[in-house]
Amino acid sequence: MDPIISSALLILALPVVSYVLLFFFGEKLPRRGDWLGIGLVGASWVLSLKIFWHFWGVNDPGHQIEQSWNWFTISSFSVDFGILVDGMTAVMLVVVTTVSFLVHLFSSGYMWGDRRYARYFAFLGWFTFAMLGIVLSNSVFFLYIFWELVGVASYVLIGFFFHKNSAADANKKAFLVNRVGDLGFWLGILLFFTAVGSFNYNDLFAGVADGALQGGLLTAAGILLFMGAVGKSAQVPLHVWLPDAMEGPTPVSALIHAATMVAAGVYMTARLLPLFSPDALLFVAYTGAITAIFAATIAIVQTDIKRGLAYSTLSQLGYMVMAVGVGSASAGLFHLTTHAFFKACLFLGSGAVIHAMHHQQDMRFMGGLRKKMPITAAAMIASTIAISGVPPFSGFWSKDAVLGAALAFGMENPAHYLPFILALLAAVITGFYMFRIIFMTFFGKPRDQEAYDRAHEVSWRMTTPLVVLGFLAVVAGGFPGLGSGWFERFVQNPQVEMVAGTHGVEMAAAEHSVPTSELVETTHAVPAPEQTGAGHGASGAVSAGGNVADGGNVADVNAADPHGEESLVGDTRTASTPAADTRGAPAGDAHAAAADTPATDEHHDVHHIAHQRAMVMSIFAAALGILLAWLFYIRRTFSSERVQAAFPGVHRTLDNKYWVDEFYRDHVVANVRRTAALSAGFDNIVVDGLVNGVGYLTRFAGDLSGHIDRLFVDGLVNAVGDILRGLGGMVSSWQTGRVQNYFLGLVGGLVVLILVYRTVWLG
Amino acid sequence: MEIGLIHYLTLSAIFLALGIFTVLSRRHVIVMLMGTELILNAAALNFVAFGRYVTGGLNGQLMTIFIIVIAAAEAAVALAIVIAMFRNFNTVRVDEVDRLRQ
Repeated sequence: MDPIISSALLILALPVVSYVLLFFFGEKLPRRGDWLGIGLVGASWVLSLKIFWHFWGVNDPGHQIEQSWNWFTISSFSVDFGILVDGMTAVMLVVVTTVSFLVHLFSSGYMWGDRRYARYFAFLGWFTFAMLGIVLSNSVFFLYIFWELVGVASYVLIGFFFHKNSAADANKKAFLVNRVGDLGFWLGILLFFTAVGSFNYNDLFAGVADGALQGGLLTAAGILLFMGAVGKSAQVPLHVWLPDAMEGPTPVSALIHAATMVAAGVYMTARLLPLFSPDALLFVAYTGAITAIFAATIAIVQTDIKRGLAYSTLSQLGYMVMAVGVGSASAGLFHLTTHAFFKACLFLGSGAVIHAMHHQQDMRFMGGLRKKMPITAAAMIASTIAISGVPPFSGFWSKDAVLGAALAFGMENPAHYLPFILALLAAVITGFYMFRIIFMTFFGKPRDQEAYDRAHEVSWRMTTPLVVLGFLAVVAGGFPGLGSGWFERFVQNPQVEMVAGTHGVEMAAAEHSVPTSELVETTHAVPAPEQTGAGHGASGAVSAGGNVADGGNVADVNAADPHGEESLVGDTRTASTPAADTRGAPAGDAHAAAADTPATDEHHDVHHIAHQRAMVMSIFAAALGILLAWLFYIRRTFSSERVQAAFPGVHRTLDNKYWVDEFYRDHVVANVRRTAALSAGFDNIVVDGLVNGVGYLTRFAGDLSGHIDRLFVDGLVNAVGDILRGLGGMVSSWQTGRVQNYFLGLVGGLVVLILVYRTVWLG
Repeated sequence: MEIGLIHYLTLSAIFLALGIFTVLSRRHVIVMLMGTELILNAAALNFVAFGRYVTGGLNGQLMTIFIIVIAAAEAAVALAIVIAMFRNFNTVRVDEVDRLRQ
């Protein structure tokens, strides 16, 4: 077996070992077994780093290592369990195990003393196992199984404090809302399976490229698949569960509801990108963009620190989904990665703050805490700068990639500028609300002096993860001197046909058949230049208006543009950090070499210009948002109360989260209840009536035949008996036992006989 | 008036009636036996009368002697039964002895 595959299996198995051991023996172990969970997930983390390092060295996003084992076969239909490791998987493995390991460590401080401490760690192990399963699966079938497993893990962890009604309600809500999305997801999987006849990713890609599903059905199947992501990644309109999920323990919010599980939808959409038709992708992009702006506006008015971060998560998930929707899986996953680090840091930091404030979550009672909790404050401020998109923190690079992809999409399809505009607006608001949280929590005067006096920095178990994640939040995106191109080593946008192109189907098919024909346990490496070039050739042809979509063009591009993607990255980085000029040179050469292919050149120009403009705009957006927050909450030039009073309607709308919950309550839930009441009534009246009617009839018939039996049959039998008994009684009275009575009878009989003799024989 | 058959038969009928009446009306078992003797004697008188006036010969007298012998045997057996009855039931009244009913 390939060492990478065996490592992957071990990564998957260790957390489940942790789950089983802690579930059954956790309470009996020293320190209630937390070291076991931390240790096993830590081992997974080390193995993930090994795989990550391997793929760093391979430096080819098309490199796949795959192995399948037959699970069961029914005649011609078989289901395999398989592991697929490629660059995307390697990145996700590191993200999941890093955050999981640090959250385990943090929890050993945060949850210490809880009655069900060992059980909590067991559930964390279970969740980690399921999440790694999503990442490692090579088929939609197992993707779906692990998808549901993380859903159940999320359910038990949201409801970990199930003695609180709010927590019990929140986990039911999360589970039920996810069911809506998962129904669509499963239908989508079945549609693709019936068309292609396999669950395997590469088989599906090849099948769709061959045209197994086409037109409206392909779009519908893609949108159905995306419904799973809408539920799991909490996109509008199924976003309502995520803010309520904050009822779970804070480290759980960091692990599941910020960094990993909610990102599973983005991962799934990115992984299955070749299955989406242009129209389906457009739907994805708009859903993401709307979620980004929608959640960002709500986040402005949140006063609960965790809910503020939850809406921020929603908004950032919207970014990722939008990036995938505009065809840039790499930008979406890049943002997923950086977001996992800084948002996990923010949530764990908020957990530390809540812990220090003795479970006070309302920011209106905080303030000035940076003096009491310097390490937490530093880590959270670093993460906040990152999420706001200030260079050179990690969020800047990934957000720039997302915005650049959206702008390029808008430039190539002028009808669809809206996602970019919404995303840019959301970027301004992100800077504002994130710094609002920081200013309200860590700056200014303490608003609750008593709680402030008791607050203290948390223990090393909790600060270590904060420092590590804070550090990653700064550097994970790349920094001057190294550039942000590292992500391109792992993930590269699969070539998909976008809105403008209507002719690229055959081309796309030709390209996909190359990587997908390599299957089980072959270490398959498509030469990087060819893949990159082919990829850009397709987009280029599409963007050029569709006049040169023949194979010759593709070949041209292959030869001409070996480092198209890198050149892009190099250029954007050069623009922002002139100090690193020298690094731009080789990439620039490659770019120049590509100039003799008109279509590619135009495409690259679009992306190049888009990224430059997006970068400038995103820096301005972040600065504007931060400046506004500073004016409101530090300088107090503007008063938030005054603004609130000036626009009461706006504030009320945001405070009530656009009344989505109320809309669901009044329309969806009420209708479901009404339908339930109707069918219950139908059940009670018609079905029960039918059954009861049959019962009554049977009983009536039984009664009737019972009466007949008693009256006639029994009557006959009894009558015979009665008559005989009566006769017997009568006769028995004659037998007196007295000799004289018998003799009298004898004499009487003799007299009668004589009389008869006389009258009959003689008379 | 000459004594004829009818007179014997009448006397015999009177004996029979008296015998039957004695058996039915008396409770004492010895008296009832005496009633039975009367009935036998009525029959014997009938045989003698019919033998003298109707058939002639010795047939009637033969039957009468036979009846007297039977009556003697009957008296012997019946008195033995009466003694057994007295031993078992400590009474000679027939209305107190109704074991047959059960």
